[in-house]
Amino acid sequence: MEKEITVTLNGDPKTVTVEPRLLLVHLIRENLNATGTHIGCDTSNCGACTVLLDGKSVKSCTILAIQANGKKITTVEGLATAAGLHPLQEGFKENHALHCGFCTPGMMMRAVELLEKNPNPTEEEIRRGISGNLCRCTGYNNIVKAIQYAGAKLRGEKLPSTEPVFV
Amino acid sequence: MIQERKTSKEISGMGHSMKRKEDGRFIQGKGHYVDDIKLDGMLYMDIVRSPYAYAKIKSIKIEKAMATPGVVAVVTGRDLEKYNLHWMPTLMSDTQMVLPTDTVMYQAQEVAAVIATSRYAAADGVEAVEVEYEVMKPLMDPYKALAPGAPLLRPDKKDKKDNHIWHWEAGDRKKTDKLFETAEVKVKEEIYLPRIHVASIETCGCVASYDKVNNYLTMYMTTQAPHAIRTVIALVAGHVGLTEEKIRVISPDIGGGFGGKVPVYPGYVIAIAVSFLVGKPVKWIEDRSENLQADSFARDYHITAEMAGTKAGKIQGIRFKVLADHGYTDAAANPSKYPLGLFSICTGSYDYDTAFIESDAVYTNKPPGGVAYRCSFRVTEAVHAIERITDKFAATIGKDPAAFRMQNFIKKEQFPWKSPTGWTYDSGDYAPALQKAMDVIGYDKMRKEQVEKRKKGEIMGIGICSFTEIVGAGPSKDFDILGIKMFDSAEIRVHPTGKALARFGTKSQGQGHETTYAQIIAEELGIPAENIQVEEGDTDTAPYGLGTYASRSTPTAGAAAAMASRKLRDKARKIAAYLLEVSEADLEWVPGKFFVKGAPEKSKTIQELVFAAYTNHPPGMEAGFEATHYYDPPNLTFPFGSYICVVDIDKETCEIKVRRFVAIDDCGNIINPMIVQGQVHGGLTQGIAPAMYEELIYDDEGNILNGTLMDYLVPTAVESPSWETGHTCTPSPHHPIGAKGVGESPTVGAPPAIANAIIDALSPYGITHMDIPITPYKVWKALKEKGVVKAI
Amino acid sequence: MIPAPFDYSLPATLPEALALLKKHGDDAKILAGGHSLLPMMKLRLASPKHIIDINNIPGLSYVKEEGGFLKIGALTKEVMLEESDIIRTKYPIFTDASRLIADPQVRNMGTIGGNIAHGDAANDHPAVMLALRAEVVITGAKGQRNVPIDEFFFGFYSTAIQKDEILTEIKIPTPAKGSGGAYHKLERKMGDYATAGVAVQLTVDSKGSCSYIGIALTNVNATPLRAKRSEAVLKGNKITDALIEQAAQLAAEDCNPSQDLRGDEEYKRAMIKVLVNRMIRKAQDRAK
Repeated sequence: MEKEITVTLNGDPKTVTVEPRLLLVHLIRENLNATGTHIGCDTSNCGACTVLLDGKSVKSCTILAIQANGKKITTVEGLATAAGLHPLQEGFKENHALHCGFCTPGMMMRAVELLEKNPNPTEEEIRRGISGNLCRCTGYNNIVKAIQYAGAKLRGEKLPSTEPVFV
Repeated sequence: MIQERKTSKEISGMGHSMKRKEDGRFIQGKGHYVDDIKLDGMLYMDIVRSPYAYAKIKSIKIEKAMATPGVVAVVTGRDLEKYNLHWMPTLMSDTQMVLPTDTVMYQAQEVAAVIATSRYAAADGVEAVEVEYEVMKPLMDPYKALAPGAPLLRPDKKDKKDNHIWHWEAGDRKKTDKLFETAEVKVKEEIYLPRIHVASIETCGCVASYDKVNNYLTMYMTTQAPHAIRTVIALVAGHVGLTEEKIRVISPDIGGGFGGKVPVYPGYVIAIAVSFLVGKPVKWIEDRSENLQADSFARDYHITAEMAGTKAGKIQGIRFKVLADHGYTDAAANPSKYPLGLFSICTGSYDYDTAFIESDAVYTNKPPGGVAYRCSFRVTEAVHAIERITDKFAATIGKDPAAFRMQNFIKKEQFPWKSPTGWTYDSGDYAPALQKAMDVIGYDKMRKEQVEKRKKGEIMGIGICSFTEIVGAGPSKDFDILGIKMFDSAEIRVHPTGKALARFGTKSQGQGHETTYAQIIAEELGIPAENIQVEEGDTDTAPYGLGTYASRSTPTAGAAAAMASRKLRDKARKIAAYLLEVSEADLEWVPGKFFVKGAPEKSKTIQELVFAAYTNHPPGMEAGFEATHYYDPPNLTFPFGSYICVVDIDKETCEIKVRRFVAIDDCGNIINPMIVQGQVHGGLTQGIAPAMYEELIYDDEGNILNGTLMDYLVPTAVESPSWETGHTCTPSPHHPIGAKGVGESPTVGAPPAIANAIIDALSPYGITHMDIPITPYKVWKALKEKGVVKAI
Repeated sequence: MIPAPFDYSLPATLPEALALLKKHGDDAKILAGGHSLLPMMKLRLASPKHIIDINNIPGLSYVKEEGGFLKIGALTKEVMLEESDIIRTKYPIFTDASRLIADPQVRNMGTIGGNIAHGDAANDHPAVMLALRAEVVITGAKGQRNVPIDEFFFGFYSTAIQKDEILTEIKIPTPAKGSGGAYHKLERKMGDYATAGVAVQLTVDSKGSCSYIGIALTNVNATPLRAKRSEAVLKGNKITDALIEQAAQLAAEDCNPSQDLRGDEEYKRAMIKVLVNRMIRKAQDRAK
């Protein structure tokens, strides 16, 4: 029993016919060919599939595509604007907050909402705020730094140094 | 502390924290991973797996599956048998089923494959395949599997009369036994390092695309070693016409490897077989639960560790015995000569001349392996054993563990150091690294605080690990995988305008090769790293190499990059001499240009010299500016470091908080400090993971009890502490750029530091050892046994 | 990990949803936040033939104080509880619990109704509801009925909700002056289900004695468990160290934990004892 749905992906309206069981992450990756959003687990633990659904960060592996009917989806492909990279993208690159890059899109999409709700988070708030996103490569130190950097940039403050600090 | 920089920021050679060249695509969602590949007419494969650990397959009924909409084919072991593709070799020259014809040997083993027009249809087909099993009692305990009369698990191996796989020894048994008869102090510990899983966030997968017309296979896959895999595929499928020149392996962006993407998994081979038979591309992507339950594990070592020494605190020798549980087949990824990996580095950072290691491996009904977990061939196991027993020895004679280590370190002037198990440590200076870690953490102050806390009944611990790693396999006289020597390669082409393309036999899975290799070439040739494009992972274009694992890329391919660059610099010198009309001996090199000695205004930049190689090359010289180098390292490299961890433990709930963790690493000369630090951070989190959280748990029936990320506890940003990292710098004397490997040091060094801290914390209660992962539950049980906490 | 095929309805009204439930009976499942249901469907531990998505029904998402009750609509997402001023200032026990449920993305989807209706003793809200003596409003074709939370949980994944009914609201009696509450769970890592969890809500009257007490436990029984003997120890008395100790001991005795990867029975009982002790003290502090 297929149904027609319309979603707005990164500003572009898309109408697709889907099986009710189609997962949102597969709609995004397979039907709409936006492969920046990744799949890392089956149980909504890893957060690699995090996207914004009407501005809220959600795990797209645990939502039906049909539930997104009429809604706005923002993925990593929609972060940058004509003016340039999003402060989080810049923050992640400048602070070496990614290694293999697989968790990065989900991590950044989660951080978008985190900073919207809490523009100047403490380290602990950041760590709790990204606790639904697993990273196996970076040890998280630099992800925290990257989110702090993006926060400063979004607040229009002086940017923190991106040089690595050694003891 | 890093070495002095020789190049400007514009060139960004070694020592510059250049931002990564590869990040642009990753932060914009343009990384290209295997599951992102879509080919015309592509079919999807999903796998039926065994619910039992040990069972005879009585029947496989595929009718309902074939009737499922979208299902194209169901493949069983019997189907593959017709083409003699139902077995394959492992990297350890053992054998492994691709699909079983009659018996399953571990839970989640592949039983059949369903091929369909969509991922969803394939999943439906898997549900509809009906398999009838006759369940047998599995052998899960390696000791029981070795006991006389144990059922034979591998009757397919004609020469096997029991479940014993191999025996291996290092060191001097007689001398060591004699020492242990006479030594003043002897300590002993039984240490179990449980099965764990690398759990890279990207699982394994592939797209096998066979072109019938041209008899040509393109295999996109998650592999850390594309060239070696191409050779293995040719060995498995050569008899059906897929010879090595007809196979192209492409390893696109890899979402983390850590050793788990070295082996050949049955899924890859089935996908190739199906694509070969149906002539269409076939995609297979593992689910996370399949990944955790069936892919190669790490560790599963039972170690008896003993140390002998004097009451005054001099270590005199060690005797270690290892039982390695390999599961149903030895699918480890070790060099052929070293079935126990490089475990014999277990003599550690200390000065003594007596050691004996003996080891046995055994088959059980667990998934096959084992691979590394971000470590160089079983070095984590070795370091854990030596650093635990070192602490126990210090505690036994009442010495502070830091002072005890300082007393026993191999001294700087003793390098190159010949270890009692036969390794030659290239360079080291251990005491300053430990001293630095002690200074940063405030060791003496911490010990004073601990005394005060103990008076109040609070639980605090300080743990140290001073490890020596062994990475960069390896010299061809000793190191091969399936007979292929473990060199690695670099090929550099500099274009007429002075920009370069460099290709390597390794394959980054996040290590940042596109940046660091460019920086090595920039260091040697003076071409800005920004202008050097690095490519890896395509066997049709890259030179042959053994791949990226065991922290070997910088020691081998990094060296090859430097050597190939030097060949080019020699050519540039000749061109410069020709253009400047002086002899080569009159020229001097500074990064980026040659100038005439005493006349610095007479110079030629590397860009000018490269241009000349295409436009005005000297008579008799070959045109162009290209070089290739296959680097066969003369020795391994021996990075080291000292880590100190401070923990606080809640006396009621026994929750463990890592309050501080200081890591001082010495990996020789550093190419990119930012990247090295990132590697250390990540490795430390993969160190706390097995120390406190991760373990694959099986019941007696062979069921895995935690085969999803709900129960296999990968640490989040909340569990992971804020790491404090630093360096000392002791260059490798034999490596062309003085570098050593680093990616795995922290995974090796962190677990014993954490375990030692927790055991130090609990030592007032008579606790002298705990196996990792050390959880609040385990601590509570241990304290209950000592009467410190009570059941209600 | 792909769910089996199913049909999907998106009713616009409650009566429409109830009619669909009646029509499909056991074959149907209600989809609210979906973060318990969809993982089970992906693992094919559940394969409902019909999904009734109630997210399009207006008026089921709210947090309000009205007529002596805190009323929470069943479709209220965890994140709304976490961020609601009423909750944060007057019902910190909810904030404690919400912050510990899974992770922020899951809390953006998960609903309080789903957390309770799932009937999972490992979920965190049930214990909080038991401590607060909530009422569950259940709507069926014949109208609404209110079920005291004490009569709501029947057994493993089994509740008072009949197959043709939908949980629509949670009602919590407004605590008297001098009330405080707290929730905490031990977890193996952030976002895990509880090894053991404890909710305590209490009121200290003007004479300093405990006029209201609710103590409830997470994941140490087949159903969320109210520690009635522990409550009785404190009720009507001045809360002393000795009584806290006694209440904690009784809760540990009265729970029925089973051994799993999180620990064995004696460990979980011991943890209940520690947590009851700590949560009573924390609730007391907040009552001041």
